[in-house]
Amino acid sequence: MGVGIQVNQLNAWFGNTHAVRDIQMDIPANHATAIIGPSGCGKSTFVRCLNRMHETIPNTRVQGTVKIGDTHVYGNGTSAVEIRRRVGMVFQKPNPFPTMSVYDNVAAGLKLNGYRNRRELDEIVERSLRQAALWDEVKDSLKKKSGASLSGGQQQRLCIARALAVEPEVMLMDEPASALDPISTSKIEDLIFELKQNYTIVIVTHNMQQAARVAEFTAFFLIGNLIEFDKTEKIFTNPSDKRTEDYITGRFG
Amino acid sequence: MMLKKYWWRSFKDKLVVGLAAGATFMVLLPLGAIFGYLVYRGIGSLNWNFLTQIPKPPGETGGGMANAIAGSGLILLIASLIGVPMGIGTGVYLAEFGKKRFGYLIRFTADVLNGVPSIVIGIVAYSLVVIYQKHFSALAGGVALGIMMVPIISRATEEMLLMVPQSLREAAWGLGIPQWRTTLSITLRTASSGIITAVMLSFARVAGETAPLLFTAFGNQYWNKNINQPTAALPLQIFNYAISPFDDEHRQAWAGALILIVLIVVSMSLVRMVASRGVFKGGN
Amino acid sequence: MLKQMNGPLLKTKFQPASEVSSPEDQAAEVSRRKTALTSSPFADAAFRYLMLGCALSVLAIVVLIVRELIIRSTLSLHAFGLKFFFRQAWDPVNGDFGALPFIYGTLVSSFLALLLAVPLSVGVATFTTELCPRKLRSLLSYMVELLAAIPSVIYGLWGIFVLVPILRLYVEPFLAKYFGWTGLFGGPQFGLGMLGAGVILAIMIIPVITSITREVMSAVPTAQREGVLAIGATRWEMIRVGVLRNARTGIMGAIILGLGRALGETMAVTMLIGNRPEIAKSLFAPGYTLASVIANEFSEAADDLYLSALVEIGLALFVITLLVNVVAQLMVWSITRGNAARATA
Repeated sequence: MGVGIQVNQLNAWFGNTHAVRDIQMDIPANHATAIIGPSGCGKSTFVRCLNRMHETIPNTRVQGTVKIGDTHVYGNGTSAVEIRRRVGMVFQKPNPFPTMSVYDNVAAGLKLNGYRNRRELDEIVERSLRQAALWDEVKDSLKKKSGASLSGGQQQRLCIARALAVEPEVMLMDEPASALDPISTSKIEDLIFELKQNYTIVIVTHNMQQAARVAEFTAFFLIGNLIEFDKTEKIFTNPSDKRTEDYITGRFG
Repeated sequence: MMLKKYWWRSFKDKLVVGLAAGATFMVLLPLGAIFGYLVYRGIGSLNWNFLTQIPKPPGETGGGMANAIAGSGLILLIASLIGVPMGIGTGVYLAEFGKKRFGYLIRFTADVLNGVPSIVIGIVAYSLVVIYQKHFSALAGGVALGIMMVPIISRATEEMLLMVPQSLREAAWGLGIPQWRTTLSITLRTASSGIITAVMLSFARVAGETAPLLFTAFGNQYWNKNINQPTAALPLQIFNYAISPFDDEHRQAWAGALILIVLIVVSMSLVRMVASRGVFKGGN
Repeated sequence: MLKQMNGPLLKTKFQPASEVSSPEDQAAEVSRRKTALTSSPFADAAFRYLMLGCALSVLAIVVLIVRELIIRSTLSLHAFGLKFFFRQAWDPVNGDFGALPFIYGTLVSSFLALLLAVPLSVGVATFTTELCPRKLRSLLSYMVELLAAIPSVIYGLWGIFVLVPILRLYVEPFLAKYFGWTGLFGGPQFGLGMLGAGVILAIMIIPVITSITREVMSAVPTAQREGVLAIGATRWEMIRVGVLRNARTGIMGAIILGLGRALGETMAVTMLIGNRPEIAKSLFAPGYTLASVIANEFSEAADDLYLSALVEIGLALFVITLLVNVVAQLMVWSITRGNAARATA
């Protein structure tokens, strides 16, 4: 079961550039929330603050609080490693580990956490691959094929399976289908539909139709600010803010 | 189960940082020790006498390495007459013309040449020069070092030329300047400071080489200006003194080593300074 | 001049989309201009052939090396055949030569050096690429570069007067006392010998292995590092799974390149190894390497057979280092994608 995310006065910097400004947001559990906005508006940066990936870049700063379920992400005793396990991330360009087989890719996170039992690993790998709708395509060559030898769409689903294997509560997706062909894209979108029953999903997308297809809620970002956050239907048919309307109707971005 | 495991993982993480830092310290320790010792043992003997006199007979104290320093200079001069034109020419060919399989062959061969042990190069120079002259000579030493300079200069020249943007060449062609002129006046000129530093770097590399000189230049206790005679060289002299039974010669070995390392470090630092200021200052 | 340019140039500034040329057209235009306006095709050809000549001379040099080595060693090759490398004789007086002790010495000293150097090099590379504060990075790498610039003879000098006493007075007694049961640390403790040579070689090959390892580690894309972090890994786990694992072929290549350097090292080894053509189990015992015997005895080789035997050793050294370096280069190229001008030896 997924958990909700409460974002409170979140600010983030790249050096001196104020990329994310005063974000106040309550992302509901077990739903998909889309983040839309023009290039450079801070959507990726915002999402990367949720799983503390932003701080892996040198010269960056984060201020404010993020609460995932009961846990303060930036709390004093909270380990970034643990947060990143509980918050899965799928990147824009699929990045499976090329030196590992499909099986080992999915099991990578599990092995780090101490899972040694062969049968346990087999079970979880199969379950994750099924969840990612990749099982049928790879089940016969799990250990023979390398992660990088799959097609682009398959690689991305592999990355999703890899993230799911460590049992996260939240799934962050940073433009997961933008590097893929339309058929793979629709497979991924179907996947999101399935996943949101069990996970809270935040998906960054520059494709507004995609947001409308998969997400119940949508947030519109502009130059680091959250302009509007509401049900997807409302954002796309009757937005409250003029800037949202301008973006939706294609007047800029 | 997750939380318990995490403590161990975190500990391993910190342990690795410590080990890696420790390794770095252990590696830099000999660096400090060597430089420190060179200064400590050598600086006392660096005086005007040392730099201007030739060695005294074995067992006597005093004397200097003036002939060795001059000899090294002579041998390097011969070496650069061979190595610099061939090296730059090869580099130019690889950068401007050699994009296909033949270029790969040349590049590969240059890398092979770079990896040949210097003593083997010495054997070849012996075979090509000393056997026919029937005596050791600065010429033979120069041939050996020159051969060693070729791949170093070639690779660096190629790298520098490849950094010159293609648009510069096209601008020259567009103005009607022929290929050969473009390469000489525009491309080489732009990369010239980089190429000069490459040549200096190759000097620094081969100036310290002893092995190829052991049976080519061979060494000499006296002044020598004749390229067809055995000649003293700084690293050779250091070697001979280091393994000699006389303490005074050990002392001089340290002094000679200090001079050698200073020359090398100075040229390397110059190289770094020039390189960091950028290659494209109009070739001046 | 400026006023004249304003007129016709302005008109051509904004071309309708259909007239903008494709990249192929532009390339064709460039080469057309190149050939059309070249006023001296002869000079161009001459220049090109001159450069080609220089490049060919590199090939010629290598061919010459092989030729001279083979010619000068035929005497010995005929006298002893390939058994030369399996015999344990070295008697210049009676004209009996066998290179086994040198091969043993070269291999043992080089592998000992690798054993000591590889963990340290990988540690330094990891520290400087992933772990240390950014500001220190270029300083530290400069210092490692400096290590590479020190000539072999100076390493030897320092080795004789600093390292050897340390080995003789502290290290060797310690090793003999606690590890003597292995049989590797017996016999008289001179300080000079296989151990001394191995240690100095290790110091000398660390910069090579470190710099190439750093290069291949830096070549691993950030996306791989982020992928590992995102599933919940510590920094070391990220380095292990996301960097070292991806770079492993290149790191192997770096190690083998280090081996190549160690095999051919002459001066420092000659000054520390003791120069005795014997095969002994103890690391304290003196030994002799292929390069050292050439360095010590070549200039004094009185008769032709002696000289020929030494040249044959040089030929063997050439072949061994050639094979090792080629294998290593291929491995390193496969990671850095054959950026040929940057591959280091």
